[in-house]
Amino acid sequence: MKNVLGAVCGASCLLLAVPAMAETTLTIATVNNGDMIRMQGLTSDFTAKNPDISVKWVTLEENVLRQRVTTDIATKGGQFDVLTIGTYEVPIWAKKGWLVPLANLGADYDVADLLPKIRDAVSVDGKLFAAPFYGESSMVMYRTDLFEKAGLKMPESPTWDFVIDAAKKLTDKSAGIYGICLRGKAGWGENMAFLSAMANSYGARWFDEKWEPQFNTPEWKKTLATYVDLMKQAGPPGASSNGFNENLALFNAGKCAMWIDATVAASFVTNPKDSKVADKVGFALAPNTGLGKNANWLWAWNLAIPAGSKKTEAAEKFIAWATSKDYTKLVASKDGWANVPPGTRTSLYQNPEYVKVAPFAKLTLASIDAADPNKPTVKPVPYVGVQYAAIPEFQGIGTQVGQQFSAALAGSTTVDAALSAAQSSTEREMKRAGYIK
Amino acid sequence: MARMATTRRVAVSTIAAWLCGFLIFFPILWMVLASFKTELEAFAVPPSFLFFHWTTENYATVQERSDYFHHALNSIIIAGGSTLIALLIAIPAAWSMAFSPTKRTKDILLWMLSTKMMPPVGVLVPIYLIFKTVGLLDSRIGLVFILCLGNLPIVIWMLFTYFKEIPRDILEAARMDGATVGRELVYVLTPMAIPGLASTLLLNLILAWNEAFWTLNLSTSNAAPLTVFIASYSSPEGLFWAKLSAASTLAIAPILVLGWFSQKQLVRGLTFGAVK
Repeated sequence: MKNVLGAVCGASCLLLAVPAMAETTLTIATVNNGDMIRMQGLTSDFTAKNPDISVKWVTLEENVLRQRVTTDIATKGGQFDVLTIGTYEVPIWAKKGWLVPLANLGADYDVADLLPKIRDAVSVDGKLFAAPFYGESSMVMYRTDLFEKAGLKMPESPTWDFVIDAAKKLTDKSAGIYGICLRGKAGWGENMAFLSAMANSYGARWFDEKWEPQFNTPEWKKTLATYVDLMKQAGPPGASSNGFNENLALFNAGKCAMWIDATVAASFVTNPKDSKVADKVGFALAPNTGLGKNANWLWAWNLAIPAGSKKTEAAEKFIAWATSKDYTKLVASKDGWANVPPGTRTSLYQNPEYVKVAPFAKLTLASIDAADPNKPTVKPVPYVGVQYAAIPEFQGIGTQVGQQFSAALAGSTTVDAALSAAQSSTEREMKRAGYIK
Repeated sequence: MARMATTRRVAVSTIAAWLCGFLIFFPILWMVLASFKTELEAFAVPPSFLFFHWTTENYATVQERSDYFHHALNSIIIAGGSTLIALLIAIPAAWSMAFSPTKRTKDILLWMLSTKMMPPVGVLVPIYLIFKTVGLLDSRIGLVFILCLGNLPIVIWMLFTYFKEIPRDILEAARMDGATVGRELVYVLTPMAIPGLASTLLLNLILAWNEAFWTLNLSTSNAAPLTVFIASYSSPEGLFWAKLSAASTLAIAPILVLGWFSQKQLVRGLTFGAVK
């Protein structure tokens, strides 16, 4: 009996010990975006090349993920080995010492191939703290058939005057067609992403060189008044609750003549499976007012390693795999070139196969090149970031201001009142945080 | 004449009840319908009610992308475990407060309830640090423990109100016959309070099953229940309503079935206590 018991115990110990010795399990936190889900589906390629590493995925909605990951990283919980974070978090977290610098991505990784604007956005003091998985800017997507019918021709780099005029001409509310669809839902990553980028093109800025909020300037007034007026005349009803997804659905259903939003939407609106207008979409740069700045933003989803992880070597191997040129080729071989993650590497835009299937490739690259996180607007600013200011307080401030601007769009407050409320709430927060006295 | 008026009144109240029932059930019905639509149809304005292209594609995608059964098993263990432990602690506690109250009983009851008045996010960081130190992050035991603690005040309060309805004389009669405290609790009190116990158990099970703050924040993959499974289908960039609806339908299905079969006990238990 004793022997049998001993044997069973021995066998159990062996069973427990074997996988522990051979395998490193990476826990990867990511957002539920199409490109990330595709990466999840292709994990077997990575594990086949690295048999000693297994991968566990935690997929969450962007805001839930941000809160979850922030709690873990601030308490050094060590629950995640690879994080998916945006360009907003990278500089803030890197300066706090929460991220591990990526110094061993391998000889064939080719860091120089990363798009310079994106590489700058994920580097601090010349060190790469995250590897871009996909990058995006914003641009105008428009209905070529409606433009043709109205006798209009969209320039490659339109002015706001042209866009406003065209939106009003193309609106046919009785037929359910609206000249322009823009974000209105409150949030620093929702309406404020669009409005900050639009404000840049009108020469407005969030803060002056001394961190004083600037909502009391004529530039902001012009921006918000133009936006509210345009949406009232040529926007869809209930626009103050529309975000990216709602506008995507409206555009795909043929209800919008123009939509200014993330370049990543280009592949959705041209996909005949999801869009009724897939073959009638044209692209142009985000509008400008002749001041030298277009109303487009810059964003990238990146993979980074939290300082609490004990498996940095394996994590870096995974990041190198997922953001490499080979990964792009792998996606192309499985799902076609149109589905490769865009906006991170120069080589992708030189690839004739990609350019052939992605009519939006040239404009995406031009939009990314046109955005400069270090000089986002006409006048100088003390912060980094095009549609955000990369300071920890921005999430709260941006959302508060977004709520005011969304209320102005809904008509429950005036443009002047919204700007004045935005100015006082931002001043209060900036004083509390010690930026101004 | 009087009979006609009564019949009409019955008909009107029946129709009103059905209408109310339908209105309350409508969001769930809409979710189930959306789970059988394509993403484009799920977002369509005006929406189509029944005449759309029915597809089970979303269920296939959800099953392919995530392990439903792993999450469902975690939900069963976490919700079931926390409910059972909460009942084991709450029955003696409620008994002592109902039948041997002291000067401080009322204060203790109020103090217990006051723990529910604080938003959970206020204690997230301390709890997270404690869990990290004792190695309970992403463990089922940790989640059972935290959900049990979270729901304990409600369980004790509910049982306390049920127990108070039971006449003390019956318990005294049992004592006269020589029953010990344990026997009195097991053979006299518990059988009499079964409807109350059943509804407390069911309500607590539902609360624990749907709890989404602690389960999302304290688990990653091993202990992740169905709330995490649902949360993984929401997206800021991309159409996801149909897939999210399919995931939600799968997540609520077990508790919906359980609630359906036990509705008699649930209704009886809820109308048995102090609120009549």
